[in-house]
This record gives sequence, structure tokens and C-alpha cells, in this order.
Amino acid sequence: MKTTEILVVGGGPAGLSAAIEAASLGAEVTVLDSDLKLGGQLIKQTHKFFGSKEEHAGTRGLTIADILFEELEKHKESGKVKVFSNATATGYYKEDGMVTYVVGEDEYVRIKPKKIVMATGAQERLIPFPNNDLPGVYGAGAVQTLMNVYGVAPGDKVLMVGAGNIGLIVSYQLMQAGVEIVGILEALPKIGGYWVHAAKVRRLGVPIYLQHTIKEALGDNIVEGAIIQEIDNKFQPVGDPKKVDCDIICLAVGLTPTCELLWQADCTMKFVPQLCGYVARRDALMRTSHPDIWVAGDAAGIEEASAAMVEGRIAGLAAAASLNHGTPEEHKKRSGIYHKRLEDLRAGEVGEKIRAGLCEVCCECWGE
Amino acid sequence: MKLIENHPILDFHHEKKTKVKFSFDGKELEGFAGEPIAAALHANGVRIYRITPEMKRPRGFFCAIGKCSSCFMTVDGVPNVRTCVTPLEEGMQVETQTGKGVVAVKG
Amino acid sequence: MTDKEKLYNSGILTEERPGAVRPPQELWETKKNGLVLIECPQRIPCNPCHTSCPTGAVLPFDDINDTPRIDYSKCTGCALCVAKCPGLACLVVDLTWGEADQALMKLPYEMLPLPAKGDEVACLNREGKEVHRGTVISVTEPWKDKTYVVHVSVPKALVMDIRAVKVVD
Repeated sequence: MKTTEILVVGGGPAGLSAAIEAASLGAEVTVLDSDLKLGGQLIKQTHKFFGSKEEHAGTRGLTIADILFEELEKHKESGKVKVFSNATATGYYKEDGMVTYVVGEDEYVRIKPKKIVMATGAQERLIPFPNNDLPGVYGAGAVQTLMNVYGVAPGDKVLMVGAGNIGLIVSYQLMQAGVEIVGILEALPKIGGYWVHAAKVRRLGVPIYLQHTIKEALGDNIVEGAIIQEIDNKFQPVGDPKKVDCDIICLAVGLTPTCELLWQADCTMKFVPQLCGYVARRDALMRTSHPDIWVAGDAAGIEEASAAMVEGRIAGLAAAASLNHGTPEEHKKRSGIYHKRLEDLRAGEVGEKIRAGLCEVCCECWGE
Repeated sequence: MKLIENHPILDFHHEKKTKVKFSFDGKELEGFAGEPIAAALHANGVRIYRITPEMKRPRGFFCAIGKCSSCFMTVDGVPNVRTCVTPLEEGMQVETQTGKGVVAVKG
Repeated sequence: MTDKEKLYNSGILTEERPGAVRPPQELWETKKNGLVLIECPQRIPCNPCHTSCPTGAVLPFDDINDTPRIDYSKCTGCALCVAKCPGLACLVVDLTWGEADQALMKLPYEMLPLPAKGDEVACLNREGKEVHRGTVISVTEPWKDKTYVVHVSVPKALVMDIRAVKVVD
């Protein structure tokens, strides 16, 4: 059985930021990531990020990942941080606070942490339509993994379902990889993502079909085409369905937080539509109802990488502080900076939804 | 293998990777050591990874991060291997998993 | 929903609005090296256009969610913002360039193949329709980060239509 001061489950932007922050205050940290490479979804982002200088605006996502890796490396060298990739956390046992994880498919490990930061990210959602399980119906993140991490062409012709930021950005990235986009479907009367992301692909000839949905995927064993359907404001069909040729149907229909470990730990959970699913109730320092568990990033509510990194910092700071690492002055100073950053990120119209969602699950403190 | 050789932003350096041979349903294929089995299969044009137990439907890639179970295959006799996060090794025997998969019992 | 609204809702600008305006005409017609146009009509948290501008032409943001504002008297048409904007929303138009009916557009480019000086490229409008074949005058990479700026000659009459270039065989 292993032990560690702070276990960070998830090595994406939130997890890495939490590990770096905790280690910078002197805590001993173990990071687990189920993927072969660290960095979560950040390493797949070839586009430049928005936000402000502190969130590395104007820098490509994968470059931001490199910045985090470099910082992490310093703490790895000092022995403060241990990182295990290809390591999937499989359970939290509330009887004794034990976490189990599997390395690859056969090595089973038990680790007893003093504190945990759950930065488990999110998973792709699926919408129901006939043949939605055919090979060729891929999540948008999966397509990004194939083309941006492993340099494998996902296919020749993609039908993108969903015009949120992910659908729009992945369409652009597919074009950069030399793949044709036959169209982007959006069920609502307007795109959900940033207007500039849509403008970028429209000017390159990609059609965006508003108030359209996918009716059916076609193909015997793999995707060979799709039937699309125009819909009205009540999502009822309008006119005749149309057939389109494609070999990939990319679903960018939303993400939902990955929360199994939080449920196992009996954390108070709440279904919050604005945060895209069940999330843990948390205080201003990202602590859940469980005194030893913090949450950060998409696992705390679907948002963006910039917010994930700041939430990770707050969670890492709080977890380390609970073990008496760092001084109260240092905690207050850093916490003030991070909270201001989050406030700024969430201040505009695009942050409205998040702010409404957070109202449902944030509490001032746990009053214990 | 169908690989992206030129990309406006990324440099894949495929030529620096270690190419290994592995078998898929008895056929010899090539892939890169340490990269997910599913990526190697996809690059070789293989999209179907398993057939479901009850309705016999073909399944392939879906989430690519080991969270959905769509990509399970039998690898070196072990069933239900998450090929999207399992690194490829020289000589691996990868098979389309039909149904629930059977673990070889010794003795 | 009107046709205009439908177009805007899918990423097509149909008219000027805050965050997507043309430069003042008189200055624009005489400014050597051109002036910037930023087409960023949505309030999103983002400010690299300001932080990358060397002359202060793109004004500081009181609120990072504000749409960009420009002091055209300070713009030198350097196109640094064109290559920095994460949304590829900036472009420079030099109305003084070439013959009386020509102009030079400096557009962001992140695709393959990369065009070269002298190449003929298709000039596309906001919906991706080809409206002109132009000649590439030069290609720069201001931040050395793989976002290029293609300088292409176009008819003056089309500067409010052309928004992208595509390499043709």
C-alpha cells in the first residue's frame, strides 16, 4: 500500500495546476492520469486561447500544456511530485479513505492519501438517433486525440453535430488536418460557441445548418452517410429530411462532469443544468462536503481550460494549507489573486450561465 | 498507415517513432510503439473493434480517453482491453472481441 | 427570425455593429500601409488584440469582455494583431496600395499549403464563396508561431467582402 500527502486524480489543466500549487507550498503530491500522456484535453488544442495574459491568451493550448509540464518538472526533480500516467483510479473506499488504481490493465495499486483533489474532467455526451453506435460516430474529443496527438487522419468527410465552441473549434482543426467538413448542425436558432469561431470556418466555405439535427446514421458496419432534418423552435421536424455523404459523424453535443469517485466518497452532489450534470457542492476554496476532498476543473462543472487552471490552483492551495503547508499570509495573498482571476473570467455575458450554476452549489463554508 | 504527414501547426515526427509489427485477427500490421492500439488500428483503416454480445452490433472508437468501453478488444488473450489507452507493443496479438470475451483459464 | 439574423447567428456579419466597424473613410483612403478592421461583435473575455498592439491603437479594455475599440490615428497597419487574435478576427486593408482601383489586404492564414509570393489565390467572402482571384504580394509570420499573414492584391470594391484566401492548384 502506498501513501501520499495529496493525491491529485487527473493530470489535465486543473490537476496539473493543483499539483504545482500544492508542491510550491511544500506538499508531497502524487498525480494519477488514466491517459498515456498528461495534459488532459489541453494537449489537443492547436488553437490560440482567449482570456487575458495571465491565462496565456494568444497562446496555443498545447503550448500552455508545455508551460505547465515545465513547472511540474521542477517539482518532480525535487521529489515533491510523483506522476503516474496510464493509471486509472478505480475506486474511493470511504471506510478507510483508500483509493485504488490500475496501471494499464493488470497492475492494481492501493494508495492512502491524506487529502485528495478530484480533477477527473468530463466525458462526451451522446444524443439518441438510430445507429448512433456505429463505428465512425465519434466524440469530438476523440477526433482531436486521433488527429492532434497521434497524427492519424480521422476520416475523409465529417458531419459535425453541435455548434458550441467544441464543434466549431474541432471543425477548424479538422480542416487544418486536411479533412473536409460537409457541414455543422446546430439544433438551436443560433450557434452556441463564440461568433468568431463560426466566422473562421464560414469564410472557408463550411456550411452551418441552424435548426437542424441528425435523424439517423447510415451504414451497415461503419458510417457511410447520415440523414439530417430541419427542426422548428419546438424541435419538431420541418420539411423533408436530407441525406448527406460522410464517413465520420462527430458529436460535439456537450460534456458531462466525471464524478464517480465523488459519489463513492458520499460527497453532497447536486444536478445543475448550467454546469452540465451532477456536480459536488463546494465552498469558496473548492472543498467538497468531505473534509479531505477538493474538486477542480470540468469535474466541478463544465467550463474552460482557463477556469480549470485557476480552480486547480485554488484546490491545490487549500489542500496544502489544510496540511499546514505555507503561511496564512501566503494563503490569503494567493487565494485573493486566484479568486479575482476567476471573477474576471466569469464576469461577461458568456460567464452568466456558469455564475447561475455556481449559485446552486457554492456555499460560504462548511460550518463544521 | 494513413497518417497526417504535413500539418500547419503540429510536427508529428512520425519518422522518429519506433515502428513495431503486431497482428490483428491474424493479419500483420504496423504501428508505433507506445501509442494506443486503437490509433494504430485506425491508421490501418480498421474501424470495427468489437461485436456486442446481445445485438451483435459493431463498435469502434468513441471517447478515446478510456471512459466509455466502446473500444474493448482482446489483446494477447485478455478480453475487455481499453485499446484507446493501452500502449502498443511489438508482437501484440489483437483480436476483434465478439461478445463478452473469455479469459483463458490455466490448468 | 429575419434572414440577416439567421446569417449573423451562424457567424456571418451582415452590417456594422459595435466591435465590427470600418475605419473612418477619409483617413483610410490616405493611410499608407493600411488600417486594421476588427470583426469581433460578441462580448467575450479576450484582449490579445490590445496587448499585442505596439502603438496603442487597439485601446485598453476597461472590462475584458468589452468589444475592441480602435484609435485609428495610431494604427500603422503592422498586422501584429492580425496574427495574434485567437479568433482570427483582425485584418488590415491598405486602400493606398497599387492602382486606383486596387487595394492590399493582410489576412490571417493557418492552413496548408502555405501560399508564396507571386501565387494566385482564391479570395473568399464571408460565406466561403470565391469572389476574386488575387496575387500574393508577400507572406509574413509576425510572431513566428505558425500563424501567417498573407498580403494579397484585391479590387478596392471587394474589401468589405473578402475575408479569406485559399490556395488553388
